[in-house]
Amino acid sequence: MDAMLHITTLHYLVLGAALFLLGIIGVLTRRNVVIVLMSIELILNAVNLNLVAFSRLWGGLHGQVFAIFVITDAAAEAAVGLGILIAFFRNKETVNIDEVNLLKW
Amino acid sequence: MAPVATPFFFYLFAAIMLIGGILVITCKNAVHSALALIVILLAQASIYLMLYAPFVAGAQIILYAGGIMVLFLFVIMLVSIERSMKERQFNSQWVVGIVAATALGGLFIAVYLKGKNIFPDHVLPVVESDNTQKVATLLYGQYMFAFEIASLLLLVAIIGAVVMAKKRI
Repeated sequence: MDAMLHITTLHYLVLGAALFLLGIIGVLTRRNVVIVLMSIELILNAVNLNLVAFSRLWGGLHGQVFAIFVITDAAAEAAVGLGILIAFFRNKETVNIDEVNLLKW
Repeated sequence: MAPVATPFFFYLFAAIMLIGGILVITCKNAVHSALALIVILLAQASIYLMLYAPFVAGAQIILYAGGIMVLFLFVIMLVSIERSMKERQFNSQWVVGIVAATALGGLFIAVYLKGKNIFPDHVLPVVESDNTQKVATLLYGQYMFAFEIASLLLLVAIIGAVVMAKKRI
């Protein structure tokens, strides 16, 4: 009961791990490219949660600075990924990721 | 000032985030997934506030919930979702997905059970008033080079997105 009522760093890490796993399942199993990209955002958010939790644990701010860099990367990744998605949709008229097989051996 | 009812709010926001995560990866309509993701991002901003990281919480709301998700919704409007809603939503790799998730989850559980006592029990007290100032000092001081690289990355991403989305260059 005490472990339930006292929120420690481990609680945040477990929450981050659960979100990470949900994102992994989404990336591996969904066929809609937009939702695959959203699952990647979910994974990046789980990592951010861990970074900020560790930053709180050790009292420094380096984790928070790193989380801001991860947010920047997520923005760049979303912009390029959605640009690729629009180019793909213009060519194939679908957002199904199983149709992306031009480079498949 | 001591925090009020921290466990209650932690479990509330954790539940919101987990339910939202399940909705994101199971919804048929991509717009519903995007809305669930926005709810997750806002709940996560609240958890950042609980961790005394107000600047990251603000950046999360402005950049993620305000910027990236609007981009997602725009693209969902551009591509036709009617056809993809009629199709099968999950590919045939769901066995691989479940196995990978179970293996990774088992690894996480093992590591956490093993390393539970590594972390100090009590966290260090922090001064919450000058968080933004300290983050800015770090960003423009020690992490100056990384900051410049990040702006270069954003420039490259803008050019790349325009080149990808433009019909004829």
